[in-house]
Amino acid sequence: MIPKAFDYCRPKTLPEAISLLQQHGDAAKILSGGESLIPMMKMRLAQPEYLIDINQISGLEYIKEEDGYLKIGALTREADLEASDLIRSKYPLILDTAFSIADPQVRNLATVGGNLAHGDPANDHPATMLALNAEVVATGPNGERSIPIKEFFVSLFTTALQPNEILTEIRIPAPPAKSGGAYFKLERKVGDFATVGVAAQVAVDAKGVCQQAGIGLTNAGGTPIKAEKAEEFLRGKPLDDGNISQAASLAADDAHPSSDLRGPAEYKISMVRELTKRALTKAVNRASQER
Amino acid sequence: MTTKRAVDITVKVNGKEHFAAVEPRLLLVHFIREHLALTGTHIGCDTTNCGACTVLLDGRAVKSCTLFTVQADGRELRTIEGVGNSSALHPLQEGFKEKHGLQCGFCTPGMIMSACALLEKKPHPTEEDIRWGISGNLCRCTGYQNIVKAVQYAAEKMSASASQA
Ligand SMILES: Cc1cc2nc3c(=O)[nH]c(=O)nc-3n(C[C@H](O)[C@H](O)[C@H](O)COP(=O)(O)OP(=O)(O)OC[C@H]3O[C@@H](n4cnc5c(N)ncnc54)[C@H](O)[C@@H]3O)c2cc1C
Ligand code: FES
Ligand code: FES
Repeated sequence: MIPKAFDYCRPKTLPEAISLLQQHGDAAKILSGGESLIPMMKMRLAQPEYLIDINQISGLEYIKEEDGYLKIGALTREADLEASDLIRSKYPLILDTAFSIADPQVRNLATVGGNLAHGDPANDHPATMLALNAEVVATGPNGERSIPIKEFFVSLFTTALQPNEILTEIRIPAPPAKSGGAYFKLERKVGDFATVGVAAQVAVDAKGVCQQAGIGLTNAGGTPIKAEKAEEFLRGKPLDDGNISQAASLAADDAHPSSDLRGPAEYKISMVRELTKRALTKAVNRASQER
Repeated sequence: MTTKRAVDITVKVNGKEHFAAVEPRLLLVHFIREHLALTGTHIGCDTTNCGACTVLLDGRAVKSCTLFTVQADGRELRTIEGVGNSSALHPLQEGFKEKHGLQCGFCTPGMIMSACALLEKKPHPTEEDIRWGISGNLCRCTGYQNIVKAVQYAAEKMSASASQA
């Protein structure tokens, strides 16, 4: 499969990349890992006139804690998350998610920024970032702005990014003591997109009462879903089996999957309920083992 | 239709520098097979699933059907031709031969490139590590058992010769 011909630009700086976007508007597309964009171009579902490869822009690949946030540069690869000691020791939800994406070759190229900017509800990081209440930093002609993740996913393949903006950073508020998270994904084979997936993040107090809860759903609707009714329900309650079950049912109420090759909608809704239970239970276990 | 600019690139392939002017849309796998005539890198699915097109880009395994040649500009590639040859087999190639890690052989170059990247990161992999390391490569013939054994064979041989050195 051969993509439609295009012109290739490889800016060295962010301002240069942004001015190329301003110049070419809708005719241009950003290239990060290319693991979603190139397959779409080969199938001619995407036919950009200009491809703006941002991989030579330095300073967009990092994982660090700063000012009360975990900050992830947009060009950070899945393989870098897997290898990061910081992610391994403190952010189990992100580690689970990175491991569940595609295969080793794809993870060597695919970026966290691209995973979110693609706006695909089948991608795994959106649910995780919804559970973690992340912020997305977009850089455009007028500088930076921060977009709460809840407002980021507008519709299928459409995000709050303007055509002249580049996603440059993902910020995750530092989790309080006794926090834990987990990602559960139902897939037909290793490396497949999710039939459905559930990301859960909780913080508990010394008595095991829920202080914060975040739940995100993968491939359970036209956009990634934040299961807010379930989150709300759990806050201030002990995280016992009964409350977890009830939260799981509330999360399933928020799922609106469609029937497709991966299964009928009814089955997917049941799986959201079950995976929410499992993800919350594991998140609580991990939280209680912390400090 | 406007004509699209060709781009000048320099890429080191199996230790040798190549210069070329390529159309931006030229996929890396086509450059490797058709321009460099290195046909050991295969095209199976052409949809990023099978791993037959796996090569190492700056030491990391990638699927060359899902990369434009221009993205490899200034970088280093390793293909199956750079791993060993029929008079001096790489321990992985020897392992695939000894342990019957192939039948039709279509997946083999990609399998070996993925295994190469794995052994560089993890010289003493567990069976689980090996299965995980080749999880982006499909084999329609062998059922994977002997591929795992072939990689184990290579890991043992390579660590034995490393400890002798
Ligand atoms: C075989 C296969 C299996 C996969 N399985 C999974 C899976 O299980 N789970 C999963 O989550 N993903 C999966 N993916 C998708 C993969 O993770 C994608 O690569 C990822 O979603 C997009 O990241 P990228 O860096 O490759 O983005 P690209 O493909 O480069 O870009 C994707 C889109 O986002 C835009 N974009 C990229 N970066 C930016 C930026 N910084 N600012 C603004 N716009 C930007 C591009 O213009 C494009 O429209 C799979 C892909 C393949 C090929
Ligand atoms: S040909 Fe590239 S993954 Fe199958
Ligand atoms: S040996 Fe035939 S596909 Fe693997």
